[in-house]
Amino acid sequence: MAIAGYVVGATKGFIYLRGEYKHLQEPLQRDIDTMRASGRLGTSIRGAPGFDFDVEIHMGAGGYVCGEGTAQVESLEGKPGRPRVRPPSMVSVGYLGKPTVVDNVETLAHCTEIAVDGGASFAKRGTKTSTGTKLVSVSGDCERPGVYEYQFGVTIGRILQDCGAPAAVTAVQIGGASGVLVTPDEFSRRIAFEDISTAGAFMIFGPDRDIFEVARNFAHFFAHESCGFCTPCRVGTAIQRNIMEKIAEGRGSNYEVNDLKRLAEFMKRTSHCGLGETAGNAVRDALNKFRPAFERRLRARDFAPAISLEAALEPARRITARDDADAHLDVEG
Amino acid sequence: MDNEFTIDEQPVPFVPGQTILEAAKAAGYYIPHLCFQPDFKRHGGCKLCTVLVNGRTQTACTHKAAVGQEVDVNTPELNAMRRSLVQMLFIEGNHFCPACEKSGACQLQALGYEYEMMSPHFVELYPHREVDATHPDVMIDFNRCILCELCVRASRDVDHKEIFAVAGRGLDAKLIINSPTGKLGDSAFAVADRAAQVCPVGAIVIKRVGFATAIGDRPYDREPISAEAESCELPEVR
Repeated sequence: MAIAGYVVGATKGFIYLRGEYKHLQEPLQRDIDTMRASGRLGTSIRGAPGFDFDVEIHMGAGGYVCGEGTAQVESLEGKPGRPRVRPPSMVSVGYLGKPTVVDNVETLAHCTEIAVDGGASFAKRGTKTSTGTKLVSVSGDCERPGVYEYQFGVTIGRILQDCGAPAAVTAVQIGGASGVLVTPDEFSRRIAFEDISTAGAFMIFGPDRDIFEVARNFAHFFAHESCGFCTPCRVGTAIQRNIMEKIAEGRGSNYEVNDLKRLAEFMKRTSHCGLGETAGNAVRDALNKFRPAFERRLRARDFAPAISLEAALEPARRITARDDADAHLDVEG
Repeated sequence: MDNEFTIDEQPVPFVPGQTILEAAKAAGYYIPHLCFQPDFKRHGGCKLCTVLVNGRTQTACTHKAAVGQEVDVNTPELNAMRRSLVQMLFIEGNHFCPACEKSGACQLQALGYEYEMMSPHFVELYPHREVDATHPDVMIDFNRCILCELCVRASRDVDHKEIFAVAGRGLDAKLIINSPTGKLGDSAFAVADRAAQVCPVGAIVIKRVGFATAIGDRPYDREPISAEAESCELPEVR
């Protein structure tokens, strides 16, 4: 980060640490203090006059959307994490209206690598269009979850093998909730910008996982994480969640399945930021690739109401003091 | 020609710095909107003004006009999207037009007509929301709030009072009032505030002037909301 500061002429850097990682705050602060004490942060770094740079840890409250650069800067300024309207971009108008570089810690760490070993050495690893290495954060059904570093171009299958995933993996969600759901026939695909690009999340779903439940969980996640700024994401993610609940309760039909598809496309086209744009991806992928997981829950092919019509008639029966056959529906609605 | 772009293949002039929506308004071309009003800082949250700029979706109220841009506004696909947005705003709150004092002057209702919303399509959420009638001159019916933040901006940037803010996220996002009790009556809000005049729906309603204009004679009873572009001004809603 100090190198990045030196290059762009910045003297102040922030590490935005989300609330979930509070346990990292203390060791991170210790490292920063050590660097300052050894002259690698502060004024005249390494004795170079004018090379002044310091780092402060800023704790976030834990909003998924604060991973988006402009929302993160809003949060850094003490405001709710809501993505800004772009343009202007962060490099012209960022933190407190000043030009700001927003990068992942991983990217900045690679800067050091390039600064020390040179670009040619860095470019030797990875593929032609995706040079270098990538940290992959493996979780889910496997023997050895954890953070792995691979050269770009690694196949999904290789990662599954290395982390001790079961032989019959149902699917892998790559890139987190906003990412893509990958099925076994795609395990020869590669982690790279030209194939599956990802910030690193790699969730493995073993043979006993029900992908409908996975998608339902993601639907709840997005309804919870939507910041509420724009209509399509604020309301759309809630509708998506409610439709998934309706199907889970055994009251769904093809109508809902089609509505989910329309909704995913709608949110993608109209949302304000990447969260809303990708909020329908997990459900859409699950629908496209695991349709039977949805279909076995559907009650009717065309349409089924969200409520029980038979039960809804109960107040009317009570008021009219009727309980004869004609006061009941033939079939449970 | 300099400083010209096209909307639905028609040439539209613009002044550098103008947004697509501003240039369209000046040229008498209608682009729908709810959270935009010319006097306030651009917001871009309602998404009604979503257009295609060289094939990509953008909000016309935040996107600057540029030479040679090809903008699509009035297409079946975009209008269907706008209908879905209006439907979403309807089901998110509790909007009962026949019982609302704003009927006929409400932009949400007018857009419902404009985009041929014949049903809510989505399942209504029927949220439980309160009415705040504590202020002597103005009442707020949160059931009808669409979170356009026009009152937030008017109170902050014009009245310099910061009476309103939006708190919470997702569906829990709601308009809050800056007063010790959270009630409007205990705030510095006044009926003469600009923020009392900007609500595009029936959420902020001025007391004792209701039905001064009969239903049937109100702006959007007389002409559709899309006619407003020709006057370049928003119709007087009261």
